[in-house]
Amino acid sequence: MSTNVVTFTIDGVEVKSAPDKTIIQAADDAGIYIPRLCYLKDLPPGGHCRVCTVKVNGRPVNSCTYPVAEGIVVENDTEELNSFRRNIIEMLFVEGNHFCPSCEVAGKCELQALAYRLGLLTPQMPYLYAQKELDATHPDVYLDRNRCVLCGRCVRASIHLDKKNVFGFENRGINMRISVNSNDGLKDTDLTKDDKAMSVCPTGCLVVKRQGYLTPVGKRLYDKKPIGSEIETKTVKS
Amino acid sequence: MSKPVVATGHFTGCFGCHMSILDIDERILDLVELVEFNKSPINDIKHFTKPVDIGIIEGGISNDENAEILMEFRKHCKILVAIGACALTGGVPSMRNLVPLKECLEEAYLNGPTVKSENTGIIPNDPDIPVLLDKVYPCHEVVKIDYFLPGCPPSADTIWNALVALLKGEPLNLDYELIKYD
Repeated sequence: MSTNVVTFTIDGVEVKSAPDKTIIQAADDAGIYIPRLCYLKDLPPGGHCRVCTVKVNGRPVNSCTYPVAEGIVVENDTEELNSFRRNIIEMLFVEGNHFCPSCEVAGKCELQALAYRLGLLTPQMPYLYAQKELDATHPDVYLDRNRCVLCGRCVRASIHLDKKNVFGFENRGINMRISVNSNDGLKDTDLTKDDKAMSVCPTGCLVVKRQGYLTPVGKRLYDKKPIGSEIETKTVKS
Repeated sequence: MSKPVVATGHFTGCFGCHMSILDIDERILDLVELVEFNKSPINDIKHFTKPVDIGIIEGGISNDENAEILMEFRKHCKILVAIGACALTGGVPSMRNLVPLKECLEEAYLNGPTVKSENTGIIPNDPDIPVLLDKVYPCHEVVKIDYFLPGCPPSADTIWNALVALLKGEPLNLDYELIKYD
């Protein structure tokens, strides 16, 4: 086991980390929250969403893919970076069809929670109201592309955790969407409701049926505490 | 010194935000002391009779009458506050934006399962009925909005704290729990 330790700073705070970590991993271990959407601890990083962008020695990089290094100066919680993040979240809101008042995932949705944390009172860019397809063919789960943010967590979880390869991306740019690995919808895939892929969706795109609204308002994950506070309250490792 | 004047308005929505305003409970007595109400569904004053300091509006803009009255609000109010998901995003009524208006009307009045029999339905077109817009618009796409309070509805505390801060001329620093999209 390597005993090497690299030391660097995030917003002026000294952080020590093993040299084989990424910046976001080292920050999590140190109890510093870097906002993120497509990154999830147990999955290989996707680098899709750019919400976790930080500045390293003045240059913007993905903190989920960028390795730590001795002496680097990382900027994270700055108004400049947070306004970029807010813009990303705002664009995701107007590109999709996110009707929070009627969504069963409201209150535990990471897109919504990021908007709250970053101080986005309401998206003000024009909504696209694009037509998106719903796949409710599976008996236990459904896929509502209206709420998809193309984070690709389900794609990675299905491959790396479930060893199944149920999901993928198709098309490019504004037409990009999540596809499923069958000719006839989710029902003809080997997806089950207990798959890890079913638990990683940050929004209400991939949802287990007949479980909506089980948690009352006021007791949902992000009702009282902002997203990221679970990392910030973690005991700092020595 | 005369009291600040407040007006409230309602467009396309469920009136839930006004219910939430009333949900300030006994603080409504303080409110009556603090402000004078002008045009509002609460007192049923139909037209503006003087300049208003703070206008509070709920609901999205789905027809010509909504748009006209919203512009009236903008004209008369120094500060215009949009409250609730419908005013901010179009909300649940804007789900119709995913379907062309013609199809919506045909489904509702001609082809829907609750239309009694074929060829008997008509799409209402009386001059007294406001004309539907192609889409339901958030208020800020029609006029400039000064402050946004999200929620479906925003809680009474959210509305109260925001209103008190605006009346005192203080910045709006609302607690985390008071800002919700649902």
